[in-house]
Amino acid sequence: MSSDRLPRLLALVPYLMSHPGAQVPEVARLFGLSEKQLVDDLQLVWMCGLPGHTPGDLIDVSWDGGEILIDNAEAIARPLKLGVDEASALLVALRMLDELPEFQGRDVLGRVIAKLEQAAGEGAATVSSQVQVEIGAAPDAHAVITDAARRGRRLSLRYYVPGRDEVTPREVDPLRVVLVDGRHYLEGWCYRAEAMRMFRVDRILDVEVLDVPVDPPAEAEPMDVTGGVFRPSDGDELVELELTPAGRWVAEYYPCEEVAELGEGRLRVSLRARDQSWLVRLALRLGDSGRVLSPSSLGERVTATARQALANYETV
Amino acid sequence: MSRRKTERLLNLVICLLATRRPLSAEQIRQAVPGYDPDNDEAFQRMFERDKNELREIGIPIEVHKDPWEDDPGYRIVREAYELPEITLEPDEAAVIGLAAQVWQRASLAEAAGGALLKLTAGGVHADLAESPLELRVDTRDPAFPALWEAVRDRRVVAFDYRSAGSESVLRRTVEPWGVVSRRGRWYLAGHDRDRGAARVFRLSRITGAVSTLGRPGAFTVPEGLDLRAMVGYQELPNERVAQVRVRKGSCPGLRHAAQAVRAGEGEWDEAEVTFADPERLAGWLASLGPDAVVVDPPDAREAVIRRLKGALQ
Repeated sequence: MSSDRLPRLLALVPYLMSHPGAQVPEVARLFGLSEKQLVDDLQLVWMCGLPGHTPGDLIDVSWDGGEILIDNAEAIARPLKLGVDEASALLVALRMLDELPEFQGRDVLGRVIAKLEQAAGEGAATVSSQVQVEIGAAPDAHAVITDAARRGRRLSLRYYVPGRDEVTPREVDPLRVVLVDGRHYLEGWCYRAEAMRMFRVDRILDVEVLDVPVDPPAEAEPMDVTGGVFRPSDGDELVELELTPAGRWVAEYYPCEEVAELGEGRLRVSLRARDQSWLVRLALRLGDSGRVLSPSSLGERVTATARQALANYETV
Repeated sequence: MSRRKTERLLNLVICLLATRRPLSAEQIRQAVPGYDPDNDEAFQRMFERDKNELREIGIPIEVHKDPWEDDPGYRIVREAYELPEITLEPDEAAVIGLAAQVWQRASLAEAAGGALLKLTAGGVHADLAESPLELRVDTRDPAFPALWEAVRDRRVVAFDYRSAGSESVLRRTVEPWGVVSRRGRWYLAGHDRDRGAARVFRLSRITGAVSTLGRPGAFTVPEGLDLRAMVGYQELPNERVAQVRVRKGSCPGLRHAAQAVRAGEGEWDEAEVTFADPERLAGWLASLGPDAVVVDPPDAREAVIRRLKGALQ
């Protein structure tokens, strides 16, 4: 944190110059600091200034009653220009937004990108076109759901759950529409589950906006999706699989607790699943590129299900 | 960084910005508090380190070498240092706020946060407008930061890579043209020097560290390059049709995807499913177990039977 201090001070001083009378709590929040840290920054700035360092050369800062006033800091009154990484991080993200239905037919992104590119100078524009995030077409339901979330209207869905291969009707109070790992999700309070749930938008088969205002219970808090959407719980069964090179994709698609190389491209992975029937489907899909190591009950189920399915091919 | 050092660096920045004429190291030593007044060598070392640290955070220090002066002079040119005036409309500021929250991992999240702070300090009000949209892009692959830098600096990279379905790991040497995220997964597109051809690599299949070879600016990216076309695998149109028997009351997903479903005899319905690749179709249909049976075409039927036999443990 301390190595970021100089860049922070070089932004803090211009902010205070252009916002005379800014309040300590507000500025601390904006710069991600505690009030104590901010005051410490102000004290440091107050010790600095032009060569000579007589009182008339030093930056003059006061924060009486929490109101910050700054003077005599003309040399650093403007912030430092954007670095290539800084401008590129914003530009790549802005170009990605362009693919959302939300921004179709609006010119706002084009205007911002042009202004940022101009402010950042060359370099950033080039890099930011060499790093691209493609999110692809949003499913049809996306626009309807986003609009309902904005207006606070309850939704009625028919939702497909591939793990159990079933379609269920649900009423959901939409809270957010989230893009994680390249997929769109509706996050909301599900009255069927009586809990917060993430619904993949491309698995919503039908959506209807109800003329009912959302009214989620107090415990309806947004979920933390930092570690991904699919988060098995410790209570779920732990399963071990052995994968051939053709089955390695499993380790890339599903969160595994352990991945061990067995040589020649084979892997041993362990993962947790709420639902054994999902694992049976996975094992059938893998065919001879995967094998259940444990629990043995799962291996037996896979064998039995494969036998039943093969029996169909003898008669049908 | 110690408080004293931060003070010294801030004073140095102010001093170099305020001066009209380039200052020699000795003048700077007198003007900026905190430099050793007695030990010349200690001062030189400290001054070199300070200049490097300022450059690392993007501060442009200009060096003047006059033929009639022994020592070089230093200053910061205001136009090169300052963020140009930028005014954003409220809707423009709101999308900047949205964009600044996209990145989920240290390197780019910090860069985006730093950019937002500078813009805010420059007078932009980028406070998030109430929006139900939230966009998160994760760069969890350990290779990402090194490849971002290599793409930025146009430096050749080398890494160990396991191709899809391959039993072995091979060393690859690549001129990195770009990095693309597609369906949540990151790919590197570039010129593979060993194969002498353009290639795409998935970042999650890079094992170990990415090392850089040679100097920055070592190659040029082909003009008019379409990175997305390189990374997007050719999705064949679903031109073929499979006849599938589906147990009554089961497989709602398949029924939804099918182009037609007819009531059949006994416990079965008849569905028509379009597909391109029989193996992909077989993976899906095998997963449905005894609830679905491929009747035709033979290659898809054989592929399902092979998978089911393979799943007999």
